[in-house]
Amino acid sequence: MTLRTVGQPVGRIDGEEKVRGEARYAIDLKVPGMLHGRILRSPYPHARLLHVDAAKAAQLPGVRAVLTRDDILRGDRVERRYGRVYKDQSVVALDRVRYVGDPVAAVAAVDRETAEEALQLVEVEYEELPGVFDPVAAMAPDAPLLHEALGKQRNVCSLSTTVRGDVEQGWRESDLIVEETYTSATTQHCHLEPHGCIVAFDPSGRVTVWSGTQTPYGVKMNLAELFRLEPERVRVIVPYVGGGYGAKSHLKIEPIAAFLAWKSGAPVRIVLKRQEVFFTITKHGAVTRMKTGVKRDGTLVARQVEILYDTGAYAEGGPLVAKKAATLAAGPYKLAHVKTESYCIYTNKPSAGAFRGYGVPQVALAYESQMDRIAEVLGMDPLELRLKNVVEEGSRFATGEALHSVGFKPLLVQVAQAIGWGKAEGGTAGEKKAERGGAGDPKAGGTRRRGKGLAIMIKSSNMESTSRCGLQVNDDGTVTVLTSTVEMGQGPRTMLAQIVAEELALPLQAVRVHQPDTDVTPFDTMTTASRSTFFMGNAMVRAAAEARRQLVALASQLLEVRPDDLVVEGGRVSVRGSPDKGFGFGDLARRAREQGSPLQAEGVFEAKEPHGEEPVSIPSFYLVGAGAAEVEVDTETGQVRLLRYVAGADAGKALNPLLAGGQLRGDATIGIGQTFFEEMVFEGGQPVNATFLQYVLPSFKDIPELFDTVIVETPHRNGPYGAKGIAESTIACVAPAVGNAIRRAVGVRLRDLPFTTERVLRALAGLQDGGR
Amino acid sequence: MTLALRVNGQTHPVEVEPYELLLDVLRDRLNLTGPKDGCGEGVCGACTVLLDGRPISSCLLLAAYAEGSEIATVEGLARDGGLHPLQRAFIEHGAFQCGYCTPGMLMMAKALLDRTPRPSEAQVREFMSGNICRCTSYVEIIQAVLRAGDG
Repeated sequence: MTLRTVGQPVGRIDGEEKVRGEARYAIDLKVPGMLHGRILRSPYPHARLLHVDAAKAAQLPGVRAVLTRDDILRGDRVERRYGRVYKDQSVVALDRVRYVGDPVAAVAAVDRETAEEALQLVEVEYEELPGVFDPVAAMAPDAPLLHEALGKQRNVCSLSTTVRGDVEQGWRESDLIVEETYTSATTQHCHLEPHGCIVAFDPSGRVTVWSGTQTPYGVKMNLAELFRLEPERVRVIVPYVGGGYGAKSHLKIEPIAAFLAWKSGAPVRIVLKRQEVFFTITKHGAVTRMKTGVKRDGTLVARQVEILYDTGAYAEGGPLVAKKAATLAAGPYKLAHVKTESYCIYTNKPSAGAFRGYGVPQVALAYESQMDRIAEVLGMDPLELRLKNVVEEGSRFATGEALHSVGFKPLLVQVAQAIGWGKAEGGTAGEKKAERGGAGDPKAGGTRRRGKGLAIMIKSSNMESTSRCGLQVNDDGTVTVLTSTVEMGQGPRTMLAQIVAEELALPLQAVRVHQPDTDVTPFDTMTTASRSTFFMGNAMVRAAAEARRQLVALASQLLEVRPDDLVVEGGRVSVRGSPDKGFGFGDLARRAREQGSPLQAEGVFEAKEPHGEEPVSIPSFYLVGAGAAEVEVDTETGQVRLLRYVAGADAGKALNPLLAGGQLRGDATIGIGQTFFEEMVFEGGQPVNATFLQYVLPSFKDIPELFDTVIVETPHRNGPYGAKGIAESTIACVAPAVGNAIRRAVGVRLRDLPFTTERVLRALAGLQDGGR
Repeated sequence: MTLALRVNGQTHPVEVEPYELLLDVLRDRLNLTGPKDGCGEGVCGACTVLLDGRPISSCLLLAAYAEGSEIATVEGLARDGGLHPLQRAFIEHGAFQCGYCTPGMLMMAKALLDRTPRPSEAQVREFMSGNICRCTSYVEIIQAVLRAGDG
């Protein structure tokens, strides 16, 4: 079948709304009579709460509700503790605070200024406790404990392992064993729209939530559970979301807004200030120890990985990140023996959770840097070493699965070609030798040295999840799509409209996508893990096929012509060869309604995690990504310039090459920030750079002048048109590709992110910490 | 205090507190929610509007100081129903994803093209460097601005 809309680089269907400034985000919404909520936060990283009194704040004119621990401990409106994985969190602190920024009290008032003023009238007495700010220190036997009441030993929040074969045997079979430790800094998502929501309780006890969340059904279910309500009593509406990257999944600020709304009897709006966003969720800093055994010919034999994810004060989604990473930590290589241990460790810092890449960047830094180290010791080309060991169709993964749709080989070759691998500038034989040998390209001259580096990564999407959607044909012949997939920039509205347009042979403009609203749009697990193209896309193909069947069946009945003799084209169903003999979609919609069966279709796609004996075939998919970097290092200043970058992925099938390219480059751009400078800095638990003035983000000046993408397409047997998700394919490759390029340029190996100028200089001066 | 603010060619009488910022007055009192609050300290550029043709961070300027000036927001960019060439180029080149930075990005780009109708890539990077986009790679934005500059 020839595709017409799918596979075309069409502009976003939400484009015009967005460029006109008319797209509404949570922070743009207003509800009549709404109050403004503000949160009082702990100034200490770890302290006992001796006394909390909001009486004076409550008396300030204009204040309509205050929330303190008394409301939770004395009332029965909410559960005392909640949490997606462990119930270790409360709406406001009950007995102690565990990080700077931990909510202690909240106020709802007629305007922001009054709410702000009221916060200063809340009296809190703290007794400071010793804190712990580093996952290694937190595991020491005498470290202060954050959650002793939960029986958490040595601050271990969770431990996940993956074992395949026997690594001890693997070491014996190896000719060379390499062991190193890599670290990644805690960073923040920095979605430009801060978290924002409005919550309203109506007199019947029904709750409506307008929230910029990635997980409308997650918020619905979790809020219902926290407030002891039937889920049907909670409605969640999601407008456009101004960036998420994982930070807006599941409950964030909704519980506080909901409690203030319930107590005040009025709608309450909370929009965080930028500093508060840094307190709300972070990306895990991590310490990754990796040991790899390899044969002299470059065959990888065994790999052991221990990861300590710095998960902050509360579990949040951390254990799920660590669990997934445990299955992925050995990388996309054929390995007979794998053992991974992935820990989440509590520290007195903001909670870490889902972030684009979901634990993989922290391990890909280690395994891809180590691949180059091995290549160097064995005198092999890093590209050859990867091609020799990388997984391919049918390869057994560390989890035991037989992999499918993993086009690493063509991707690696094309990405390497795009960066000019094996050729220095000018491409003479001598330079080629310099490249392969790892020495810097002398052509750069002076104190500047150039080098190139490669990296790949593998990440799984959700293994178990469900997408449902609805589709209705309107009287004007247009189609309305009902989906709970959240548009946060990644383009699902356009992608889904393309699918419907394709299946019903409609122009794209005839398809409208309804905003997520749990009273209207059907269940979808969540908008995370790059899953929407695959899961919701599949559901939409099915819904559209059903709608087409209904349209054709009705036209067949009306025209008294066999369905096989009808064609669907241009918003009409007509007799083959006689375009005039037929009905428009709008006509059919009206007639169907008159007949008592409106033209409505549903689609469902569900995947369950396989359990049982090998071999297993997974219904979901893996993201396959690659990157190639060329850098120029100034040996005098330590400055690294990223001259060229290539971001690549196996898309299965790129449903929209324009948007797909945007995902690959955008994902890699966050990677550039996290490679060179992004880091949340804490001193004694106090965040010192939790503002955009001090936390530097990649700008127009930080991206390379040459920034290309490579998309290969290895169709996935279960994907819509063969497609898979791609939005997390490239971020994890940037740091190791750059690190490998720096190594080849100047001979130093950086193991700690970010690769700041200072670290480069220290490494050049032979001052690298501990000689690991 | 009462101000007469001239926004997108129209004069709006508006009652404000002396401490109110231009961004809040535009968004909350004039319901022009195109300009966005990203950082509250003039670093991200999401709140960029033009004041007598100059790009400014409206989150840093007291509304009172804008009286007597021509204020231009993204809502005034399209004329007579038709999109501005920058707006069209932004859609064609995929120069935004979530779209939150776009109103500020467009106004900054307009300020550039008003001064330098055919900028070089280096000029685009330099002039626009105060505007942050967390979704795209900027490459798409640069392409869009260069394209719009070609007329």
